[in-house]
Amino acid sequence: MDLTETTDEAAFRDEARAWLDANVPAAPLPSGDTREGFALHLEWERRLFEARWAVVSWPAAYGGRDASVWQWLAFEEEYYRAGAPQRVTQNGIFLLAPTLFAFGTQEQQDALLPRMASAQDLWCQGWSEPGAGSDLASLTSRALRDEAAGGWRLSGQKTWTTRGAFCTHIFGLFRSDPSSQRHHGLTYFLVPLDAPGVTVRGFARLDGDEGFAEVWFDDVFIPDSAVLGGVGEGWKVAMATTGSERGLSLRSPGRYTATVDRLLRLAASRDVDATVESRLAQAWMDAEAYRLFTLRQVSAEQAGRGRPGESSLNKLFWSELDIRLHELALDILGPEAELEGPWSKGFQFSLSGPIYAGTNEVQRNIVAERLLGLPRK
Amino acid sequence: MYFGLSDDALALREGLREVLSSACTPAVVRSAWDGDPCEPLWKTLGSFGLPGLLVPEDRGGLGLDELSFVAAVEEAGWHGVPGPLVETIVSAPLLDLPLDGSVRIAVARSSGPVPWAAVSTHVLDLRDEPALVDLSSVEVTAVPTVDRSRALGSISESPVGHAGASDRQLRDDHTTALALLELRATLGTAAFLLGLARRQLDLTVAYVKDRQQFGVPVGSFQAVKHPIANAVVDTEFAWPAVLRAAYSLSTNDPAAAMHVSMAKALASDAAYRMSRVCLQAHGAIGYTVEYDLHLFTKRTWALANDWDTAAEHRAAVARALLERTAS
Ligand SMILES: Cc1cc2nc3c(=O)[nH]c(=O)nc-3n(C[C@H](O)[C@H](O)[C@H](O)COP(=O)(O)OP(=O)(O)OC[C@H]3O[C@@H](n4cnc5c(N)ncnc54)[C@H](O)[C@@H]3O)c2cc1C
Repeated sequence: MDLTETTDEAAFRDEARAWLDANVPAAPLPSGDTREGFALHLEWERRLFEARWAVVSWPAAYGGRDASVWQWLAFEEEYYRAGAPQRVTQNGIFLLAPTLFAFGTQEQQDALLPRMASAQDLWCQGWSEPGAGSDLASLTSRALRDEAAGGWRLSGQKTWTTRGAFCTHIFGLFRSDPSSQRHHGLTYFLVPLDAPGVTVRGFARLDGDEGFAEVWFDDVFIPDSAVLGGVGEGWKVAMATTGSERGLSLRSPGRYTATVDRLLRLAASRDVDATVESRLAQAWMDAEAYRLFTLRQVSAEQAGRGRPGESSLNKLFWSELDIRLHELALDILGPEAELEGPWSKGFQFSLSGPIYAGTNEVQRNIVAERLLGLPRK
Repeated sequence: MYFGLSDDALALREGLREVLSSACTPAVVRSAWDGDPCEPLWKTLGSFGLPGLLVPEDRGGLGLDELSFVAAVEEAGWHGVPGPLVETIVSAPLLDLPLDGSVRIAVARSSGPVPWAAVSTHVLDLRDEPALVDLSSVEVTAVPTVDRSRALGSISESPVGHAGASDRQLRDDHTTALALLELRATLGTAAFLLGLARRQLDLTVAYVKDRQQFGVPVGSFQAVKHPIANAVVDTEFAWPAVLRAAYSLSTNDPAAAMHVSMAKALASDAAYRMSRVCLQAHGAIGYTVEYDLHLFTKRTWALANDWDTAAEHRAAVARALLERTAS
């Protein structure tokens, strides 16, 4: 065990902190899940990119800094500690990008990654459909082969697409083999939302922001180069993306340790009783436990000791932790809890944690079946 | 950066596992329920070097650190080792007593009966002026307990003058040494609890895969799976806290006490929840002393509150946090 930062890691952290202190907007930006807020967040994303802080763990050739996972964790910690804006590019840079690195062709990587990093292309995620939620393999959106044109024709509907109304591109799963069943015969496609035949309608989430969208595909033509990871390989490729979504890369510990720091400051400004003090202690311990768990997890993976289904442990923990932290804040705020503000907003968002990225019920199935080996139904 | 046990600590745990699988079977734990001090088991622990794990090599110990300590003790917890193992390991560095397993040291820190006293050879009495009591010279009355292997005992009027010849540091300035002893004992108890939790989980996973109702294994029901998965989340997130506290002690981190409290609070809660879930998933077979689960469940109940409860440790963390925020 060695928890000391190397000089490289410490220097990286210091540089990140200095830049963030000098550049993070003094006043919080309006929500990135609204049209005007999204535009302001894009300006921020471009500033990050110009200073090469947008995608630190990527190769320098694509705008990154080749940061190690330890440096990346340090950057995330500093990012949230500085109170920097939410990452509206997250579904591209944190979810699609790792999948592109693993499954994309050189041409795809060269064409897509730099535009993603610089927030020119904005990616949303097209898994869910009106009839296919947890049971994603039941999806019915189709891809028909157009041999003459050298590509595919997409039809169907995706929904719950985060920030779909503000994005430029979507990645998603389509059934490319009409005779196939369930996990077979699916293909992972990369689709520009301005392709003829695509219609997008934004709609409001629980907090009233236009963070959701429905996306219709009506005989949309896309070329073969839009297939990621091979025709019929869609399920395998998509599972790599969902692994990133549940695990560390979407929800790094810095996010929660920073929330606890804010919570402690909130509590320090009020009179709190012993019950609240005890819940504060639990909140701090839980956020710390998440941080320590991820350090252990990264070390184990690097030593070749990763376990199946582990990212479901992360997902269960961070999603429920986030709710508890916000519930405590609202209890401290008392009658002020119902006012629109960062805590009430954050509380509403936290409630979606156990739903998105695979519901927590599904994660519990995964822990029980893959990690513990209990029988499937 | 590397967060986890070293290969040496992992090997130590592996070695102990092998030894304990034959030396500490459920039958041995059951004999402790009948008041047996389990001397052959302790002799085995002694030849493995466990009592001297934290004692410097030049004094005949293994000279290992707190990370090896929690690795070994967690494994001992899985086997439900009876007797004052944690207490003996953490007391040994302060005393000049044999490390061969012939000595079992209980620790007295509150006015009530002393855990393990009825199966120990010595009590390190920390209630007033610290003193080492040789139990062959005093009368110990066993007190009935839920986990009968715990062998709590009340000690007759503590005879004076026992901070005697065999005692190395009690005569010197002992405050720091005793504070370290308490932290190590608390941490060791947390690790032992997680070993107990892992044992209960293993028993339960095996059982619910095997037990059929409605024509299917009961482990295929989500109402069985999900509480188990939740309990696993708790234990999985408590273990890194134990490792970090061990690291903090071994590196003299000024926040070590807070980290130890965090570890014990999380481990107590996680192990207790695991014990509830495992009993429920077993149905009635878990509700009899004829099946082994209760050996580990009842030890969990005892240790969850020993070396202070989760609530007390949470309060300690809260105090440390408030001080930090104020400064
Ligand atoms: C804020 C937010 C953002 C989202 N963003 C996106 C996005 O960008 N792209 C996208 O594709 N999707 C997105 N989603 C959709 C999300 O992936 C789905 O909501 C999720 O997969 C669950 O599907 P569902 O909503 O249809 O619920 P259902 O699957 O209908 O589930 C309803 C209830 O039944 C339970 N249930 C279902 N199956 C099982 C089972 N096998 N065992 C036990 N319980 C079960 C569920 O846990 C849930 O409680 C988002 C959702 C939210 C809330």
